[in-house]
Amino acid sequence: MKKKNLAALLMAGAMCFSLLAGCSSSGGQNSTAPSEAGTQESKPAGDNQGSDVVTIKVGGIGPTTGNNAQYGTATEWGAEIAVDEINAQNGPIRLELQYEDDTGVADTAVSAYNSLKDWGAQVIYGCTTTAPCVAVAAETFADRYFQLTPSASSPDVTANKDNAFQMCFTDPGQGTAAAEYLKSSGLGTKIGVIYNNGDAYSTGIADAFIAHAKEIGLEVVATSTYPEDTTTDYTVQLNACKDAGADLVFLPIYYTPASLILAQAKQMNYAPIFFGGDGMDGMLDMDGFDKSLAEGLLLMTPFNASGTDERTKTFVETYQAAHGILPNQFAADGYDCMYAIYEACCQIDGIDGMDHAQLCDALIALFTGGDFSVDGLTGTGMKWLTTGEISKAPVVVKVENGGYVTQ
Amino acid sequence: MKKINKKSLNGFINYGIVIAAFAVIQVLLGMGRLSNSLQSLLVPACCYIVMAVSLNLTVGILGELSLGHAGFMSLGAFSGITVSILLQNALPMASARLAVSMAVGAVAGALGGAIVGVPVLRLQGDYLAIVTLAFGQIIKNIIMVLYVGVDETGFHIAASSERFNLGSDGVAIIKGPMGAVGVTKLASFTAGFVLIMITLLVVQNLVNSRSGRAIMALRDNRIAAESVGINVTKYKLMAFVTSAALAGAAGALWGLNYSSTVASKFDFNTSILVLVFVVLGGLGSIRGSIIAAALLYVLPEMLRGLGLDDFRMLIYAIVLILVMLATNNDQLKALVGRVIPKRKKVAANG
Repeated sequence: MKKKNLAALLMAGAMCFSLLAGCSSSGGQNSTAPSEAGTQESKPAGDNQGSDVVTIKVGGIGPTTGNNAQYGTATEWGAEIAVDEINAQNGPIRLELQYEDDTGVADTAVSAYNSLKDWGAQVIYGCTTTAPCVAVAAETFADRYFQLTPSASSPDVTANKDNAFQMCFTDPGQGTAAAEYLKSSGLGTKIGVIYNNGDAYSTGIADAFIAHAKEIGLEVVATSTYPEDTTTDYTVQLNACKDAGADLVFLPIYYTPASLILAQAKQMNYAPIFFGGDGMDGMLDMDGFDKSLAEGLLLMTPFNASGTDERTKTFVETYQAAHGILPNQFAADGYDCMYAIYEACCQIDGIDGMDHAQLCDALIALFTGGDFSVDGLTGTGMKWLTTGEISKAPVVVKVENGGYVTQ
Repeated sequence: MKKINKKSLNGFINYGIVIAAFAVIQVLLGMGRLSNSLQSLLVPACCYIVMAVSLNLTVGILGELSLGHAGFMSLGAFSGITVSILLQNALPMASARLAVSMAVGAVAGALGGAIVGVPVLRLQGDYLAIVTLAFGQIIKNIIMVLYVGVDETGFHIAASSERFNLGSDGVAIIKGPMGAVGVTKLASFTAGFVLIMITLLVVQNLVNSRSGRAIMALRDNRIAAESVGINVTKYKLMAFVTSAALAGAAGALWGLNYSSTVASKFDFNTSILVLVFVVLGGLGSIRGSIIAAALLYVLPEMLRGLGLDDFRMLIYAIVLILVMLATNNDQLKALVGRVIPKRKKVAANG
């Protein structure tokens, strides 16, 4: 009996190690691929340009495991594509990206940030989600690291910090823009709102939307909430909107719960216009999602994967080839972040030998200077306000025949 | 000369281990040999050690399964943060403000413990586990919709953002799902060390006292303990409230170590994590809880450095399983018994 136990333990151990051996070899391939590419490219560059090439170490933070993993991996992959493109250009600046997992939790994000500091990061790219980003931004502010987040949209991220900048819209900005759009387009006379009151992103948009709707005279007839994105039954919330006679339902939520809401609304024969925020982007690529459910859905997103310009096409193709799925706006924001950092670094004189604090000050001066603008996948001529917010135009798209059509 | 009994010797060894660890880390810090990543883990590790030791009081010493320990931590964190912001002008000295915040956190945790404990500790076993689980979720959900702020007209508290009418110069302390934002970091490793020492002092003295023996008698056989006149509710409540108070203090330290804290951090998973530390460290073993909490909290962060980034949470889970299997393996215990003869008896019994 006892021998059996010991044998079982040994077997379990052996199994785990063989599993790990398998994992680490594939993990090794993953992690070495960019650096291999880097060394291959830096050799000819070294021949061409001597020692002029400066490598900027960018430390990325986002959830690659846990509940928010799909957003974190998207920002990681989007950024990787940009880094590969930039390094292939043989320009004066190279980027080296190290991405750390924060599981979407604030304290883990701070630990991840500290391990990036140990690695020698000069610029911080992240975090993907809001709460971790607020915690990390306070640290980068104290330590003087320049921080650019692809998708943490709360105004708390940039509040009272000169070093934190956003690539996405702020939540209140998006809520206000949504109300403005509804007013000007004349869609919906009675508006229902369903949002996640346990989530900073969703509450931030919904609060601003409701407040602004009141100001400009839109009629919000129903407001209902749910506590967690893992909720699976939304019939109560939908019934509240239906009973109030809402002909348009605003959903400032992520696409996973939104897909269930669409399905359940159809089951109960409730067909208002659904209008979502940028968290809705990605729904069409969900496994097993019936695209006909999303037909007619309006959403505000800065990125359209079926866009026809050359850059978007190349990005979507590369992304699909590497990861087998369509990129969403998180990936596009990540891609743009890398270009923003790269183009800013190219404009800084004497960047070689700058430490992170000097680089931080130089980048802040550039980003808030008013002359600096970046063209990317999520907008052209993107500029930043001194508060750290981005100014770019929100785009509303409509789902038609399983694709986006810009309104 | 009075002979030191075995139990108090055991307790002194625990103090010794903590003091030695503190001294070693301080020396390493002084020499600048500690990486940033390790430095950032010191305070949270202290919090988790206190959480594990205090939960051990409920689970290991009292013998009741509690799945809502993070709820008390949450109470402590948010009350501690609120107090620290309210006292910002009245009490400029950071360490004093931290001490007051932690004391308030402990009181909040104790109150929460008493509110849950009085009706609930009449239940036993699985029922208690379910109710504490629900309590943890209730606390989390309440704080998620709670808006707390202060302006010149006084203290404001509301359950929705519409009813939260803060003056233009007011400071919002807790903003519903956004949590507490803009907290001044007050926590330090020394404070964490002091809190661990206080926790050890409280828990070990309680365990070795008359009350502690009554609590353990309840664990071993409730009917027999009742038959000799031990007041079941009183002693259960004593252990439970003490445990909640310590968790509240740990929560306050935690909350003041980060510039932002959200209620969703203190969910069921955190409760389970602490329970895992207690179980792997050994039910009823204070030293086991300390070591397990410290090692297992630091482990996933240490795995970052090994180039196994993508799999670190998987490896963490596997390590947990292996530790569980190894600590429950009779043959391994016998092996340890052969190396350390004193353990032989334990191994033979176990």
